[in-house]
Amino acid sequence: MEGKMKDVLVVGEIAKKRLKKATLSAITFAKELAAKVGSSYSIALFGKDVKEAAQEATKFGAKAVYAVEADALENYIASVYAKAVADLANQIGAGFVCAVSSTFSRDLLPRVACRLQAGMVSEVMKIVGDAPPLRYKRPMWAGNVIATVEVKTEKAVFTVRGSEFDKAQEVQGVSQIVEVKPSLDLPQNVRFVGFAETVSERPDLTEASVVVSGGRGLRDKEGFWGLLNPLADVLGAAIGATRAVVDAGIAPNDLQIGQTGKVVAPNLYIAVGLSGAIQHLAGMKNSKVIVAINKDPDAPIFSVADYGLVADAFKAVPELVEEIKKVK
Amino acid sequence: MKILVTAKRVVDPDAKVTVKADGSGIETSGLEFKPNPFCENAIEAGLQLVEKHGGEVVVVSIGTEDAIMTMRTALAMGATRGIFVKRPDEQLDSDLTARILAKVFEIEKPDLFILGKQAVDGDSNQVAQLVAEYLGLPQACFVSKLEVVGTKVLATREVDGGLETLELSMPAVISADLRLNTPRLATLPNILKAKKKEIKQFDIAELGVDPTLKVATVAYEAPQQRKGGIKVKTVQELVEKLKNEAKVI
Repeated sequence: MEGKMKDVLVVGEIAKKRLKKATLSAITFAKELAAKVGSSYSIALFGKDVKEAAQEATKFGAKAVYAVEADALENYIASVYAKAVADLANQIGAGFVCAVSSTFSRDLLPRVACRLQAGMVSEVMKIVGDAPPLRYKRPMWAGNVIATVEVKTEKAVFTVRGSEFDKAQEVQGVSQIVEVKPSLDLPQNVRFVGFAETVSERPDLTEASVVVSGGRGLRDKEGFWGLLNPLADVLGAAIGATRAVVDAGIAPNDLQIGQTGKVVAPNLYIAVGLSGAIQHLAGMKNSKVIVAINKDPDAPIFSVADYGLVADAFKAVPELVEEIKKVK
Repeated sequence: MKILVTAKRVVDPDAKVTVKADGSGIETSGLEFKPNPFCENAIEAGLQLVEKHGGEVVVVSIGTEDAIMTMRTALAMGATRGIFVKRPDEQLDSDLTARILAKVFEIEKPDLFILGKQAVDGDSNQVAQLVAEYLGLPQACFVSKLEVVGTKVLATREVDGGLETLELSMPAVISADLRLNTPRLATLPNILKAKKKEIKQFDIAELGVDPTLKVATVAYEAPQQRKGGIKVKTVQELVEKLKNEAKVI
């Protein structure tokens, strides 16, 4: 690994033309990795029009911000994006490619790793060591085991667990924007048909400082939303759900917190009427303060809760809303 | 149509896994093993498509010989036959798994390859995507709805912010999410029948796959345990603690 291909490339994520805040965790990871391997890091944004997001990405001290634009990148197609990312990494001498873990990066980066013939580590929580050879910690078995892994290939690809790396702070000065216009064709074997967006006025789950979350104890749509909406309103919180609630059609899929859903680590997590299955705990147990409200005193959620209240949620939550209003 | 599906053998997803004292692996004694839940969704999806459009479901698994028992579950659900590749987990990474599966794909030439979106032990969520790239095929991952229309597949994906729909030409690679379907239970007569179904066995040398790993797991540890908290008696006490002690509201 002498000399070349040591640079780190962050694949930024865009929502409604803006740089997603979650990407800032991957920037922190990239800074740390670049410092340890003695290289620098850049950020790349892919799409049909990424100018605004690229502008935002210039504030974090990256060596360069690559604005990669092509008509074929208008909608996300894994094979097209994978080619664009891998080609850019090769052109700029980046041997390390990373992104914050999301359904976008989890779908895309394995294909990039294949193209680069790089080993890939999913959900990195920590870089171990100060200089190469570096190792990486990542969760397995729903977070009940933390594995330390080594990448054997010269190049490496990572998804980074957002809750484990602080969001990068803005620095003085701006990175240079480099425009890249790759020649990419849309493939014949796949077509983007449409996107049905979940409309929500609430903060993004993975970015919210307070999350209120409900389980099957809230019974039905009326119970779930009727209890959690006022609580989320008074706290400015995002709403999350257990898999059971999503399976039952009470909440949309992208609110699912857990092993196979989203992983969150807000300042305050209020778990209402949920028992705390292993798969759910995997998605929230690193929250700073956890409150559990459940009428079953033996519910496993109490074992991770800082403050537990054994009570009927239908009685306690409205009371809680009123009490919070008094002190806010 | 021919559909290839996966069946990985994993520790019961509801069991609490612990690390061996020397950190060399996990303690498996006394634990039950089951098919990976996402693979069960993949198998069920394959069976439903074949019931509608005709054809067969072929199940593939990689692991130690115990994985054959897991394959029998898939055969009892209705898969026609199985392909077993012998290779313990410790000598696999996502990349090698994908290269083995890509080779099996080339042998079987299915119209669709449906995999679980992740195995609940490794939790890497890479294999379907890697297989698709190795084979140069289109992919639809984290799929919650799947429909075959002529030579095309309409797949709805569960992604951040909503649901995305893709139209893929076959052959294609699909990774199944939990809401794709409810896997059927095998009936006793079918469990008996499954014992007679064919399972071909290979090792990776026979398949001509290079066994070199790209990622190696070198140690396992238990996560930091959260300190137990306190129980409060009233909502008022809770709010007082959150405001004055935890200072989060």
